[in-house]
Amino acid sequence: MTTLDDRPLGFINNDEKPVGHGRMLRKEDPRFIRGKGKYVDDIQLPGMLHLAILRSPVAHARIVSVDTMAAMSHPKVKAVVTGADLVEKGLAWMPTLSNDVQAVLATDKVRFQGQEVAFVVAEDRYSARDALELIDVEYDVLPPVVDVRKALAADAPVIRDDLDGKTDNHCFDWQTGDEAATNAVFDKAEVVVTEDIVYPRVHPAPLETCGCVADYESVDGQLTLWTTSQAPHAHRTIYALVSGLPEHKIRVIAPDIGGGFGNKVPIYPGYVCAIVASLVTGKPVKWMEDRSENLTSTSFARDYIMRGEIAATRDGKILAIRTNVLADHGAFNGVAAPLKYPAGFFGVFTGSYDLEAAFAKMTAVYTNKAPGGVAYACSFRVTEAVYLVERLVNCLAYELDVDPIELRIKNFIRPEQFPYATKTGWVYDSGNYEAAMRLAMELAGYDELRTQQAEKRLKGELMGIGVSFFTEAVGAGPRKDMDILGLGMADGCELRVHPTGKAVVRVSCMSQGQGHETTFAQIVAEEIGIAPADIQVVNGDTDNTPFGLGTYGSRSTPVSGAAAALVARKVRDKAQIIASGMLEVSVADLEWQKGSFHVKGDPSKSVTIQDIAMKAYGAGDLPEGIEGGLEAQICYNPENLTYPFGAYICVVDVDPGTAQVKVRSFTAVDDCGTRINPMIIEGQVHGGLTDGVAMALMEMIAFDEAGNCLSSSLMDYLLPTALEVPDWQTGHTVTPSPHHPIGAKGVGESATVGSPPAVVNAVVDALKPYGVRHADMPLTPSRVWDAMQGHPRPPV
Amino acid sequence: MSMQVSMTVNGEQVTEEIEGRTLLVHFLRDQLRLTGTHWGCDTSNCGTCVVWMDGEPVKSCTVLAAMAGGREVRTVEDLEQDGVLDPIQQGFMECHGVQCGFCTPGMMMTARALLDRNPDPTDREIREAISGQICRCTGYATIVRSVQWAAAAEAAFEGRS
Repeated sequence: MTTLDDRPLGFINNDEKPVGHGRMLRKEDPRFIRGKGKYVDDIQLPGMLHLAILRSPVAHARIVSVDTMAAMSHPKVKAVVTGADLVEKGLAWMPTLSNDVQAVLATDKVRFQGQEVAFVVAEDRYSARDALELIDVEYDVLPPVVDVRKALAADAPVIRDDLDGKTDNHCFDWQTGDEAATNAVFDKAEVVVTEDIVYPRVHPAPLETCGCVADYESVDGQLTLWTTSQAPHAHRTIYALVSGLPEHKIRVIAPDIGGGFGNKVPIYPGYVCAIVASLVTGKPVKWMEDRSENLTSTSFARDYIMRGEIAATRDGKILAIRTNVLADHGAFNGVAAPLKYPAGFFGVFTGSYDLEAAFAKMTAVYTNKAPGGVAYACSFRVTEAVYLVERLVNCLAYELDVDPIELRIKNFIRPEQFPYATKTGWVYDSGNYEAAMRLAMELAGYDELRTQQAEKRLKGELMGIGVSFFTEAVGAGPRKDMDILGLGMADGCELRVHPTGKAVVRVSCMSQGQGHETTFAQIVAEEIGIAPADIQVVNGDTDNTPFGLGTYGSRSTPVSGAAAALVARKVRDKAQIIASGMLEVSVADLEWQKGSFHVKGDPSKSVTIQDIAMKAYGAGDLPEGIEGGLEAQICYNPENLTYPFGAYICVVDVDPGTAQVKVRSFTAVDDCGTRINPMIIEGQVHGGLTDGVAMALMEMIAFDEAGNCLSSSLMDYLLPTALEVPDWQTGHTVTPSPHHPIGAKGVGESATVGSPPAVVNAVVDALKPYGVRHADMPLTPSRVWDAMQGHPRPPV
Repeated sequence: MSMQVSMTVNGEQVTEEIEGRTLLVHFLRDQLRLTGTHWGCDTSNCGTCVVWMDGEPVKSCTVLAAMAGGREVRTVEDLEQDGVLDPIQQGFMECHGVQCGFCTPGMMMTARALLDRNPDPTDREIREAISGQICRCTGYATIVRSVQWAAAAEAAFEGRS
């Protein structure tokens, strides 16, 4: 089943929507289009104070002194707190999601530009900022470690001297696959292609920056925290562990979130500062970071320097891939990934290909840069893995002088090989790669594009066609393997059908714009036949939802979505028993038709789910052993990840005079298994494609030699506008996941993962007349120009 | 330093005490509690703060509230009139021009202004109109469709097509 996504026509009519899966307008939109969304900064509580953070102006320095006297005497200032004050409370350091520690406020040293040094609490947000200017910090500046390649040099300054016995900047080593077997394949291979590939540091930069309102009620000891969190339950538990406040007295509420993309997974020092501020002042305290704070101090992404090697036969059979990675983790290891996976799911660097062997080895180091490491819609480093393999395959195609699509198809894992165990231990659940690839070729008009390209090359015009094929690994994850700081990655779900047949479903994941209020209502509607409009979805409130690990790594549909379907089936099973009593037949004699049970062979004898709900709460007896009410709760532990995939084709034109890249068209075929709401899926794909173009051509967090962040505003960190991206052409195939209850896979990050190599492959393809085999992102005009200058002009 | 400022906001006359340095975006959000207008960058790049001043879209993070004195300001809260949505609002719902909703108010205010002076814009004209604004979620295509949807709806309503 393959179609182009339709363009919608006609006026809104929510009465004609499907009871279950299908295109449906979003239930959250009526408030958003009226300006009635409720984001953290919209919250204004009586007596609320404002917090602002003083940050380090330098990348590496010893703190000699912090003088807060002048700030304290500002008439509107209520408190000024330094690292030394937090030491007294035992709160100067907090755990990161990778079991490292991170300074809440610097005590001994500052370790990156933008690090938190002190905070001010004042009556209004302007006064809080004013008072920051009155704090006098004396720094003894130290040489910084900026170049990751020099971080392990013998004379490199030691950044993490807070760690016992630490004498270098080594963070961790990691490896996967069989080194000996891989080397043996490489030694015998007819063709080996090596390429050095950099995935630069980028930043998710959600349009809403991070922030919170902390409100501690001292009388009952209750802390309420409204916060920009993609994982409210995990945050609550960690706050309990850090602060010593009992977990049942902490309520974390994530209201509407203005985009997350992974940036809102970690706990940042600012949140802890706001909690401390509320404890100290007895008032609600708001902290909202500004854009520069967001770009310079919160979780970055990527920053991998990769040497990739691919071994093949001369006729294009790919045999093995190996890679050596140097990973820049910044000043604190703040990676948000399952604990056993310090490199995230980078292990899927074998891509979509049937290999004989594979091996990866990684060294991670500390540098004087902001901590983080896994954010930005990357599915736990699958982005880096896919970029590596898809660039390597193109480099191989370049060397063998074969079509990059033909080379891919020749090496794809075939449909009958699924479930497919990769050489690095991942079990891909399902796939039909060639079908997706051929559909993309058809939609893009691939053969005509190649003809056109040949004609243009004769005229000296630079047109490039870039291909990528990705396999994603999403839906973390099975509890036996995956946890975040000891918290298993399973998700709860609770469904309550009210007496009148309306329902409320409570999920542990948290929307940041993905449309959960719609999608989860549709998942439940499909299973119990109550219209989505009659199902309220609750998320983002730890007091009102069951425990679960939140939304990142495209895990909402694979994990919480499965939980929602299964809890609905549990309710339906109970409804069937009640229906058997109502219709006076045995349970086995009933047949379910979406929304009602009827007696087999006699459809006239039936009861609707609404009838059953009223009976469940109403007067009269229920079948023996059945309690009143119609509700259920479950916790879903996924047995495996889901593995969505896709085929992307990007067409670019490069101006030979200015080296400016223009993305002419982009065709994306995605397979995320069962499709719940095609409109929302298309939106997720569009957004990810834009991220991909942005990273490939524009975005980079850069530093100078002193460790100054050169990308600290949206004037310097370039995000794409409507003029930099094309209209997107999307298509899909459907290969259900065999283990997911409704066959769905995640899709939120597919396009972010899959599109950067397509864009880069397109630019490199355009530069083929210049003999260019590889150029690193971001492919700004100057970088493209440099790539062009390294080689002779093409014949015209 | 405190001062008094008077302006018309969404058709109503308001007079408030403000600090002279108060930005219009903070005045609208914190003082008038019109939180549909958002703040996102400080550098006039993101456009989540777009409102109208005397009928023209402006970035309210780069306008002092004092500069709006005596002028007519219109925010997203005024798009719906007497319970009837503006076609732009309908278009954003119908064509999935909204994901997280954060850029949406600013995008809609710019789009409304565009359609008022150009009722039948091309794809390129729409993209140029919103090119001073950023959306991190949608990839813009559905926003373009949303504006086209509104243009078509208005044309149909006025019997232009």
